[in-house]
Amino acid sequence: MKRQLILEDGTIFLGEGFGSEVSKLGEIVFNTGMTGYQEILSDPSYCGQIVTLTYPLIGNYGINHDDFESINPAVSALVVKEVAEFPSNWRCGLSLDEYLLKKGIPGISGIDTRKLTKIIRTYGTLKAAVCSAEENPKDVLARLAASNLRNDQVKQVSTKSAYPSPGRGRRIVIVDFGMKHGILRELNDRNCDCIVVPYNVTAEEIMNLDPDGIMLSNGPGDPKDVPEAIEMIKGIIGKVPLFGICLGHQLFALASGADTVKMKFGHRGSNHPVKDLKSGKVAITAQNHGYTVDGASIAGTDLEVTHLALNDGSIEGLSHKTAPAFTVQYHPEASPGPEDAAGLFDRFLEMVETEREEADYAKA
Amino acid sequence: MPKRDDIHSILVIGSGPIVIGQAAEFDYAGTQACIALKEEGYRVILVNSNPATIMTDTEMADVVYIEPLTIEFVSRIIRKERPDAILPTLGGQTGLNLAVELANSGILDECGVKILGTKLSAIEQAEDRELFRSLMNELGEPVPDSEIIHSLGEANAFVERVGFPVIVRPAFTLGGTGGGICTDQKELEEIVAGGLKSSPVNQCLLEKSIAGFKEIEYEVMRDANDNSIVVCNMENFDPVGIHTGDSIVVAPSQTLSDREYQLLRNASLKIIRALKIEGGCNVQLALDPDSFRYYVIEVNPRVSRSSALASKATGYPIAKLAAKIAVGLTLDEMMNPVTGKTYACFEPALDYIVTKIPRWPFDKFESANRTLGTQMKATGEVMAIGRSFEESIQKAIRSLEAGVYSLFLPNIEQVEGTVLEKRIKKAGDERLFYLAEAIRRGTSIEVLHEWSKIDLFFLKKLEKIIHFELSLENKRFDPDTALEAKKLGFSDKRIAEIWNSEEKDVRKWRTSCGIRPVYKMVDTCAAEFESGTPYFYSTYEEENESLRTERESVVVLGSGPIRIGQGIEFDYATVHCVKAIKEAGYEAIIINSNPETVSTDFSISDKLYFEPLTIEDVMNVIDLEKPKGVIVQFGGQTAINLANKLQENGVYILGTSLEAMDMAEDRDKFEYCMKNLEIPQPEGSTAMSVEEAVAIAAKIGYPVLVRPSYVLGGRAMEIVEKEEELIHYMKNAVKINPEHPVLIDRYLTGNEIEVDAISDGETVLIPGIMEHIERAGVHSGDSIAVYPPQNLSEEILKKLVDYTIKLAKGLEIKGLLNIQFVIANGEVYVLEVNPRSSRTVPFLSKITNIPMAKIAAKVILGQKLAEQGYGTGLVQAKEGVYVKVPVFSFAKLHEVDITLGPEMKSTGEVMGKDHTIEKALYKGLIAAGMKIKDYGTVLLTVADKDKDEAMLLARRFANIGYNIVSTGGTAKYLENANIKVKAVSKIGSGDYDVLDVIRSGEAQMVINTLTRGKQPERDGFRIRRESVENGIPCLTSLDTAEAILRVIESMTFSAEAMDHAKATKKKEMAFR
Repeated sequence: MKRQLILEDGTIFLGEGFGSEVSKLGEIVFNTGMTGYQEILSDPSYCGQIVTLTYPLIGNYGINHDDFESINPAVSALVVKEVAEFPSNWRCGLSLDEYLLKKGIPGISGIDTRKLTKIIRTYGTLKAAVCSAEENPKDVLARLAASNLRNDQVKQVSTKSAYPSPGRGRRIVIVDFGMKHGILRELNDRNCDCIVVPYNVTAEEIMNLDPDGIMLSNGPGDPKDVPEAIEMIKGIIGKVPLFGICLGHQLFALASGADTVKMKFGHRGSNHPVKDLKSGKVAITAQNHGYTVDGASIAGTDLEVTHLALNDGSIEGLSHKTAPAFTVQYHPEASPGPEDAAGLFDRFLEMVETEREEADYAKA
Repeated sequence: MPKRDDIHSILVIGSGPIVIGQAAEFDYAGTQACIALKEEGYRVILVNSNPATIMTDTEMADVVYIEPLTIEFVSRIIRKERPDAILPTLGGQTGLNLAVELANSGILDECGVKILGTKLSAIEQAEDRELFRSLMNELGEPVPDSEIIHSLGEANAFVERVGFPVIVRPAFTLGGTGGGICTDQKELEEIVAGGLKSSPVNQCLLEKSIAGFKEIEYEVMRDANDNSIVVCNMENFDPVGIHTGDSIVVAPSQTLSDREYQLLRNASLKIIRALKIEGGCNVQLALDPDSFRYYVIEVNPRVSRSSALASKATGYPIAKLAAKIAVGLTLDEMMNPVTGKTYACFEPALDYIVTKIPRWPFDKFESANRTLGTQMKATGEVMAIGRSFEESIQKAIRSLEAGVYSLFLPNIEQVEGTVLEKRIKKAGDERLFYLAEAIRRGTSIEVLHEWSKIDLFFLKKLEKIIHFELSLENKRFDPDTALEAKKLGFSDKRIAEIWNSEEKDVRKWRTSCGIRPVYKMVDTCAAEFESGTPYFYSTYEEENESLRTERESVVVLGSGPIRIGQGIEFDYATVHCVKAIKEAGYEAIIINSNPETVSTDFSISDKLYFEPLTIEDVMNVIDLEKPKGVIVQFGGQTAINLANKLQENGVYILGTSLEAMDMAEDRDKFEYCMKNLEIPQPEGSTAMSVEEAVAIAAKIGYPVLVRPSYVLGGRAMEIVEKEEELIHYMKNAVKINPEHPVLIDRYLTGNEIEVDAISDGETVLIPGIMEHIERAGVHSGDSIAVYPPQNLSEEILKKLVDYTIKLAKGLEIKGLLNIQFVIANGEVYVLEVNPRSSRTVPFLSKITNIPMAKIAAKVILGQKLAEQGYGTGLVQAKEGVYVKVPVFSFAKLHEVDITLGPEMKSTGEVMGKDHTIEKALYKGLIAAGMKIKDYGTVLLTVADKDKDEAMLLARRFANIGYNIVSTGGTAKYLENANIKVKAVSKIGSGDYDVLDVIRSGEAQMVINTLTRGKQPERDGFRIRRESVENGIPCLTSLDTAEAILRVIESMTFSAEAMDHAKATKKKEMAFR
């Protein structure tokens, strides 16, 4: 079935629909990863976004039972050059088409995704619609102009109530701003006793859970749209070790007095080099963010920049000068993407261990 | 980390001659390395034995040595030049092995030469099977059950333990020489015996076969600061079991989920970190198609064929950055040369799919065993880029220049079903086409998967292409269907076939419908960052990124895949042509399809189109670029063959006109022209039918030279001694009809001479004349060429010069020409004229320091030779003697007769130079891999007609102390001539027959002119093959033998007894 992709600048792409036939509006972004579409689709950080994959053959290995990053994908729509008609992989359970249909997500294929990517690169992320080819583009453009993109994405994707993911090790409270399962998996793999709490939890509620450490998860959108979280973080810094990822990193920066800004088209992909300023070594990381911590706003705060993006020099990692807290903009849990930075979870748990020992010592 | 300042000069080792398993990719790597090191301010000293390389151009390095790559010669260079360091990892296996030998010999310590890049200990750890296995065990990385064996007994014990099938991999060989898969005891015995022989350390790895697993490769880089990245991963279309050099390969991987991708990525990075690689490295892995189980197959701790492919596939210049890493720079401080804005420490993101297909030499070696296994057989490869797999593979197919333009092999419909099945189960070079035919006949892809173990993903894609052929059939000249077909990579030619139309009509109709390709950029980053790389490929989509500039442009056609008869020499000339175009102020645009070459390095030209060299794909570029014209004379026969159609399409051919080219290539026109110019040529004529051929031969007299018109590298050319042979040839070797005439010439025995010249119509510059060691009849590419000629009188030389000038002017050549003459009975005859760059252009350019291709390109662009400072005539010969020695890859190709003849068989060449012909020959032969001993045993078996000549050679061999071994007839003949000879029995008669002489290592050299022919059952054939399998030089031309004899004679003092003392003859000895 013919479908169209219309950008707010008036560009129209014609393509073939797959997945659901509903129409969707959203912010259009691109991801340059060559594998990992299942994880990307189910990453809650893409909530409300129309995702373009720059690699042209998508769906080759189908959708499997294991590699989801959330229960329900939050992405608005998917734009590809070609969707595989015949996926082939031993774990493949569904085709991408079948999966999107099941989840009510529209897909559009046959798009010159390179042209589209260059538009996004040039103009920055922009609003777009995926709809039927029969719709009058003028009407769609008017609708796009009139629409305000939602700013409650975190509320949409965060868990509604707290739940445990038990383990025999240290207790880690994960604040779910749109958590990828990968974060929970990494902590569970390290025997942590995890409790996942909603985004609007208060500092007091968290402390009542007697955590050994707190994890601020990734999540969608602008960090300034979740002021309650900023308040919460202010209340926990210094009390227990804290580790933040992606949106969690940005919220931590805001809570510490720094500022965040919107990027032109963000970082989305599996090949982003990040330099550890202490070791001088570079890790190739998975990233997915449209906002970044403003480098100029660090001065005068208690923050220290620990990691920088090699290519554009943007801030990729922070640590607190006095409190046991550090955060990264990228995804050490990978999935999808390189696992070069998985050691950060160990670093976090070492910090948890040290703090706990000291606390125990102080008590005794 | 900043670059090292404790070193100032660096010795770079090249990879020597082109052989199967080691082709042009190392010229590309070495050239990049030299440029990179010079960029960093180091003094670069280069050594390579192969003159047909860009890296040996004097501007590439500060000092260039074209010398044999042996300890003896390279040690001398080290002692003379005293480099501070040596870079061993860019010259392929040859360079690496030599570096190891140099280190072991102590010369590096003696002269204080440091080794740059990966440490030799790490190289050994990666290459020595036992060390590698124990490292993998330490790292917890799985390797297939295997064992190092040194004898058949050990092999049997291993097989008893793990069962068949097992893979045999000889240690320290390139391209898997001597290896293979054994499924039964007989194969085990054969392959193990061969493998042990071909391994320099007499060691093989026996491995439980994991055939059928997915074969995945990772190209990784690491710097001294431990930053490690993956440049590219690749998936083999053919599962484990076929050498990756012989596999169809796609990049990036297609059927791996992110978890599988990361699993193998982690393993690859773990391995290079453990090996402490500093530079590039290739990791080959096997992944179970049904689980996360995987094995590490092997690691190449150096740049390789795969890294060249990865560089072209991604745009990321691995060799260049590897060279910089070797001098201490780190990935995070170097810019990505493609974007110029981002850093080299990142992993390229592709937004297209790349397909590589190997190019095999089976069109030349019809008798060769075409099945593929662990021993590489391809001479070259093509790469194509598309936005779909279908587009990518169909473009790659037509890039092969093998007479195929789609998934359809002519006449395949006549192949029986059982044969089809057999060919799919046991892979050969044409399996792709058998798969397609099976799909056409309705075989399900599930069945094909059973047969081939090829992933269903790929088979489904092939099925889609085949099914679309039906849609095309039903919708003739329907624009939507045609556009869909183009998106799936269908060529106009294939569409025309399906529509019963003509390619040119389809093209005309298609463009009138506005169905034209766009060009997308290869930018390493999937458009994330702005990039200025002028590197493009075509596809059928919306946005075109290749914008025509205001500057006037010239298009140069490359020479496509490396094959026998069209090697790296043509890429060399292409690169020089591009440089000349740039110097002349034009925009230089190149079109080529070969990922191994320097010409497809995007930094060479102003614009690179990585496209098939077919009329359709070339015209598409021309339609967009509207160049001033196209230069075809540097891209070998590939480019020349397109000239006609280009002109039909209104394209201006720069340089020698099409009419003039035709005059040189069309038999009748050429004859007419020679008559007018009063230049003699061997009598001959063109036959359109078998009867005509017989009549012509009878008239001019046997022996005759027969060949189809318009061929490359003497394909299907033969010397025919009598009528029945002629009839056999006409019926079997060629298709003869008025459209495909056959040329029949009197075969003149004599001295063959080759001349390369440049003409602008007024001035004819002759940089040099070469004399062949082998008499006419051996293809010029397989002959040893000597510069300057050693045996020509002033009068003959004068005549050669005179004829060359007349020919150049008479044929209205503008640019390069290559002429072959034969001198017979004191008369000079012209054999053929090639109105284009030739194989000897780089050789002559290097000797004379006259950049022939560049000068010719400037002539073509309108600058007269006089303006460039050159006059008419033969340039005064350089001092010294230079020889070009051909190099063959027979060890890789079983069942191929190695007899030299009019059909070319060599894959590469080396140069030897010194003050005398003997010294030059010695170097050339050594560089070509021959071991020359000053005493030993020669096995002599010759045909009756050669006996007189052979007797003279035998006497000389005997005089310098060589033992002579011969079979029946030859032995008797020599005995009668009073030459001491040991007679051995013929094949199959007696306990110790002639083959045992070879197998046992008794003979160090074999001279054999027996029973020429392609039938493997003949004795001569078996003797020759046995020599090859045992690594013993086998000479099939008495001229080559004589040349070697001269070398040996010059190496030894004579041991002539005093006149009266015949009795002391026994004590005759040779002293070095």
